[in-house]
Amino acid sequence: MTRKSRRLILIAACGAVLALALGLILSAMSGSIVFFRSPAEVAAQGVAPGTRFRLGGLVKDGSVKRGSDQNVEFAVTDTNATVPVQYRGLLPDLFREGQGIVAEGTLDAGGVFRADTVLAKHDENYMPREVADALKAQGRWQEGGGKEGSKETPKDAAKPASADAALGQRSER
Amino acid sequence: MIVEIGHYALALALALSLVQAVMPAWAARSGDAALREVAGPAALGTFACILFAFCALTYAHVTSDFSVQNVVENSHTAKPLIYKISGVWGNHEGSMLLWVLILALFGAWVATAKNSVPPVLRTNTLMVQASVTFVFVLFIITTSNPFARVAPAPLEGNDLNPLLQDLGLAIHPPLLYLGYVGFSITFAFAVAALIEGRIDAVWARAVRPWALIAWSFLTLGIAMGSYWAYYELGWGGWWFWDPVENASLMPWIAGTALLHSIVVMEKRDALKVWTVLLAILTFSLSLVGTFIVRSGLLTSVHSFASDPSRGVFILAILALFIGGALSLFAWRAPTLRQGGLFAPISREGALVMNNLFLVAACATVFVGTLYPLLLEMLTGEKISVGPPFFNWTFIPLALPLLVIVPFGQALAWKRGDAAAAAQRLLAAFAVALVVALAAAALAWGGPVMAPVGLGFGAYLIIGSVLEIWSRARGYGQNRTRDLATTWRRAIGLPRSAWGTALAHAGVGVVVLGIAGQGWATEGLATIRPGGQIASGPYVATLDRVGPTKGENFEETTAFLTLRNRAGDSVGTVETGKRFYPSRRMTVTESGLKTVGVSQIYASLGEVLPDGSIGMRLYYKPLVLLIWIGSLIMAAGGGLSLTDRRMRVGAPVKARAKLPPSAVPAE
Repeated sequence: MTRKSRRLILIAACGAVLALALGLILSAMSGSIVFFRSPAEVAAQGVAPGTRFRLGGLVKDGSVKRGSDQNVEFAVTDTNATVPVQYRGLLPDLFREGQGIVAEGTLDAGGVFRADTVLAKHDENYMPREVADALKAQGRWQEGGGKEGSKETPKDAAKPASADAALGQRSER
Repeated sequence: MIVEIGHYALALALALSLVQAVMPAWAARSGDAALREVAGPAALGTFACILFAFCALTYAHVTSDFSVQNVVENSHTAKPLIYKISGVWGNHEGSMLLWVLILALFGAWVATAKNSVPPVLRTNTLMVQASVTFVFVLFIITTSNPFARVAPAPLEGNDLNPLLQDLGLAIHPPLLYLGYVGFSITFAFAVAALIEGRIDAVWARAVRPWALIAWSFLTLGIAMGSYWAYYELGWGGWWFWDPVENASLMPWIAGTALLHSIVVMEKRDALKVWTVLLAILTFSLSLVGTFIVRSGLLTSVHSFASDPSRGVFILAILALFIGGALSLFAWRAPTLRQGGLFAPISREGALVMNNLFLVAACATVFVGTLYPLLLEMLTGEKISVGPPFFNWTFIPLALPLLVIVPFGQALAWKRGDAAAAAQRLLAAFAVALVVALAAAALAWGGPVMAPVGLGFGAYLIIGSVLEIWSRARGYGQNRTRDLATTWRRAIGLPRSAWGTALAHAGVGVVVLGIAGQGWATEGLATIRPGGQIASGPYVATLDRVGPTKGENFEETTAFLTLRNRAGDSVGTVETGKRFYPSRRMTVTESGLKTVGVSQIYASLGEVLPDGSIGMRLYYKPLVLLIWIGSLIMAAGGGLSLTDRRMRVGAPVKARAKLPPSAVPAE
């Protein structure tokens, strides 16, 4: 076998594997990417029922209703619009009314968001970035205006490597 | 006072690393050999200074010196001693200090490894390592000073985030950093070789142990982090595909590829350009990882807002080193002489495929991690790339790689015989098939991929055993049928051969553990004392709910008794909610019961006013194999390091001068 044909085989192998990787990435991009929406965006643009997305905002005061068998209903608001949410499962430790959360799931035909994941942060002043940005965009955000307002947010609660990963608490069904 | 001396030591380290980075270059220009020799002592000095600074910060944490900002923000007098110590690196400033400590440690280590690294290469490597150290120490001093004071000093600190008050997290960061900062030294070696323009088997032999050390630690660090996340976060997942986890996974994948291509270079003098590029890329990915973790730029529920100036600084470091190294590479690479030839079906060919699949897998993780950031910057659209993306892209690339692992081992260097290799692995194929079919039959109607995964795991493990077996039996005329001879030969095989087999078997064990998760079950219920919750083959009865108290927390604990479906007790398990008054935070403490290598995992939900509790019970078959396999992989790396040819700092010629027992234990 000549040097040239060996090189050709090598290049063909590289091309095949890289094409496979690219194909996988593209197909995954079209299928498994989840967009973030605020309640206002959901109200304004509408999201087709059945499309997975992340809904972020504040848990509306007085909206949490606990049903039987770990079912819970609450509403997520960005003060402009409100989306009702249904969830079954254990909620994160920091889930409470007025807290910023991100829920992942789909809208049903009746406009109720059926969440299968609820995320909240392990810090009493925490606001998910997406929520904070969405609120800022609507001018509803005051710097330092956490719920408790008083205590300084730890400037950098970030921890080495995967500690950061874990700081958000997940709750999945 | 000690804090000020620590700060001063850090500044001294900055100066020393500058000396270490500049002097060898100056020496090359002026031809002054004595000047070149400065690099070694300077590396030791830098390490000593940073070590002192690190100890000074530790001292401030242990003595709860609340005049230091860093201690105020992350410590509390009531915190147990172990977490006062681990709190040193449980924050941005301290963890960056640990980062440079490890950079300097590797520099000093190379400086002492006089016999295994040729002198010019060593000096140049120290020079490159010092320039990395210099820039990161500069980063700490200018943007993240851990020694900043506060006046007036508060009486009490804010405490460490309770999630981090855990033994797993005390050891995880040092291990992880030894790994991914450890790859800085292979980067330094690569750049040094490009500067010198000499890249050959000698270089490969000098670099290989360092890559192995870093890789083994990184394997341990990632495994430890994964186990910590598993039991501490209370939802039973062992890998999140979170950007911060991916940040450590990417250098690991690239480092794994590097380990394999270095072997080709050492044995066959081929793949030189590629190996050097991989060494550069591996540490570049570590830098990208640090950027992801430290800048807080990624839109992730897990990233905290942090000082943007830090992000910009790290981005500049990133551009400087990655850009610089790649430019040097582009300039020098064409001048490298091509190495040994090999046929596509050969050990080298298999290792090239290994590298291809690993790099492709790494690229998909890279895209999945950074694409959301890029998209948000360009369009403002926020997206989340979660496990479905990574499972869909990563697994199809990982499976062919698993097929190649034992197969490549069975091929000869230069030109292999695929049919003979397949024949050698016949037993592995057979066992894998039986395992997969048996699992599918026993759990009919279950997930499809789980039995397939078990088959792959069995194939890898048996493949590793067969590799040692057939090497011990010998080939051609040397072939023996005598068991005693086989055994003697197996014992006599190089440690690196055993290390390789062990590491590959470890991969198989991890695959078994992952496959087992296909059968994991989850039970969810609201129960009162006396009530039951079931998951998989187990039923848990809630005995009582009561308060318990820890040093710096109050806990509401649920006590459960576990029984199997036949009604026999298999033990008790406790899970609780811990309230930490200093941070007013509640943390769920999950309860684990280990049965063999499987676990039952209980997690307490809300305690409702009427006395009932929300409870989640997982059954996780074979889950411990994920971490046991990782330990086996790292042990394989460690075993290879004890191979005579790979001992770092082990004298090659000095064996004549020194009795073997006097060989440095490094």
